[in-house]
Amino acid sequence: MTTEPVHAGGTVALEGEQLDRLITALSERKFEVLGPKLHDGAIVYDRLSSLNDLPSGWSDEQSPGKYRIKRGKGDALFGYVVGPHSWKKFLYPPVQRMWQAERNGKGLHILPNHDSAPSKFAFFGVRPCELSALAIQDKIFLGGPYVDPGYKARRENLFLVAVNCTQPGGNCFCASMNTGPKAVAGFDLALTELSQDGHRSFLVEIGTAAGAAMLSGIPHRPATDADKQLAERVLAHAARHMGRKLDTRDLKDLLYRNYEHPQWDKVAERCLSCANCTLVCPTCFCTTVEDSTDITGNHAERWRRWDSCFTVDFSYIHGGSVRATPRSRYRQWMVHKLAAWLDQFGVSGCVGCGRCITWCPVGIDITAEASAIRQSDQAKAPAEQGRESE
Amino acid sequence: MAQGKPKLAVWKFASCDGCQLSLLDCEDELLAVAGAVEIASFPEATRATVKGPYDISLVEGSITTPHDEQRIHSIRRSSRFLVTIGACATAGGIQALRNFKDVNEFTSLVYAHPDYIQTLKKSTPVTDHVFVDFELRGCPINKYQLIEVLSALLHGRKPNTPPHAVCMECKQRGAVCVMVAHAIPCLGPVTQAGCGALCPSYARGCYGCFGPKETPNTASLAAGWAELGVSNRDLMRAFRGFNTYAEPFRRESEAHEK
Ligand code: SF4
Ligand code: SF4
Ligand code: SF4
Ligand code: SF4
Repeated sequence: MTTEPVHAGGTVALEGEQLDRLITALSERKFEVLGPKLHDGAIVYDRLSSLNDLPSGWSDEQSPGKYRIKRGKGDALFGYVVGPHSWKKFLYPPVQRMWQAERNGKGLHILPNHDSAPSKFAFFGVRPCELSALAIQDKIFLGGPYVDPGYKARRENLFLVAVNCTQPGGNCFCASMNTGPKAVAGFDLALTELSQDGHRSFLVEIGTAAGAAMLSGIPHRPATDADKQLAERVLAHAARHMGRKLDTRDLKDLLYRNYEHPQWDKVAERCLSCANCTLVCPTCFCTTVEDSTDITGNHAERWRRWDSCFTVDFSYIHGGSVRATPRSRYRQWMVHKLAAWLDQFGVSGCVGCGRCITWCPVGIDITAEASAIRQSDQAKAPAEQGRESE
Repeated sequence: MAQGKPKLAVWKFASCDGCQLSLLDCEDELLAVAGAVEIASFPEATRATVKGPYDISLVEGSITTPHDEQRIHSIRRSSRFLVTIGACATAGGIQALRNFKDVNEFTSLVYAHPDYIQTLKKSTPVTDHVFVDFELRGCPINKYQLIEVLSALLHGRKPNTPPHAVCMECKQRGAVCVMVAHAIPCLGPVTQAGCGALCPSYARGCYGCFGPKETPNTASLAAGWAELGVSNRDLMRAFRGFNTYAEPFRRESEAHEK
């Protein structure tokens, strides 16, 4: 055991019980530590005060439209995957006041907006797909000429403890999206939970100097080759055991050339246009603004709240809604996620977390919908048509 | 609004008074409301009435008698804005259950002298009789939405009462979906938001108090409920609630009658 200084890029090992010290170290440095917690029969993201708050020994069973927690094999600390919440609720809250003002004679007096004090969050237990989602939201909120100041303030203070996935869930397909099950970048520290002969330890990869600083003072040992090989083995096994797959070859053009495909009608028969998929998705970013006055008319506020392309109001312009039918709304969602996003941000809008599949009340599965379109491609790509006629 | 304080009137038809009480329930805001409008008629709160015309009429209750039919027309004539409040006034209410049967059978069972009873065959929403400026949903209405609608009318803006699903409110408050996580049948995906996802956040399924959302896909949700093991009869009953006579719910309930 040592508390020798460590450096970004290095890898060390922690004995299971020492991980609690990391939460203590973060709290001592005034971070609000947030992570997985059991609540109302699901694993959600909430405030952690110690390792005891983690759903140790719990696992989750996920299939389209269905989520159940159950006791897992053994007492793994991270034996489950992602639940109904995503980290976006902290960085980009569901409702935010943009500004408020008061009538001042014939004029207007802008009041201070108290919400804007930057929080100092530490996310504990961020999955690799979620790191990718965060990188995508960074592009959206921080890239380009219009930076979101609230997001920026919260993001700059953020400390990230990632956890690699050794037991992928029933709706996971990060391997198809190249976002997991192992985190490669974007973390301060990344953990791989190793369990051997009833003994628990964590392989810790150090991503940043801040991560190294946080580890100093916590007893650890050098990572052995055996540790590293074990981690590689469990993660390779995880990559082969994804619950779902998405064939991404030519996916953008496949969707673009199938705007008029009977599958859109089929999915519209089932789709409730309830918006759950977009709200649980860790990359969806749409909002609407609501202006209101109080009853005296002397006080006005503007609020921003999460919105979704599944609502009729979302595409309302003078005279009506552009996407009046669930068919056009489902198509908007899927084509945006899997195709238009590439043109807009240079990456796919889907990181393969499976939330939209699990939390759809009627179990609509984006991978199944994409594959149904692929199987009856209405207008084959020119290259394929060539091949067929040969 | 006209010069001076706008006049507000509250009217009652066939209803339980719960929606009117929501107005009295606005404790913190009630003084502000009383400051902003002259309460010209409000039987639940005061017997004093001020003569019309009225700037805003809040109408609670459904139309069930020939007398109601006439009274709603005279209220319309004396009101600048007519706002229906609650499921009764907006959809016919729970009493619209009688619309599925012959009302004469009920009166003959309930009353010693059914011939004294003057009633219409159906319990209908106000909008079936007169033009309605705004319909506020809910059984009962949400008091914050009521204040929002009054504020909007008084200051000439659009009220923020979005027609999307209750699911949006669940996700907004971080509630765990009861249908997905606990196999509890929930009407939230076809029901308009407004309650703040009250039932789902107490681990109950939504009862549909705020009526159908925009473009509700009741058939698909019913199929989802059936997969959870809900019988046809219970499906029929689920859509026979406070908003049973709202067209999409009525149709869905009838689809499960057999
Ligand atoms: S589209 Fe679905 S699977 Fe992809 S990132 Fe969003 S919620 Fe996850
Ligand atoms: S899929 Fe819909 S809600 Fe999500 S980012 Fe695109 S338009 Fe917005
Ligand atoms: S795909 Fe599912 S979750 Fe998304 S809007 Fe349709 S029914 Fe709701
Ligand atoms: S609990 Fe009901 S209202 Fe909430 S998300 Fe689930 S289906 Fe929708």
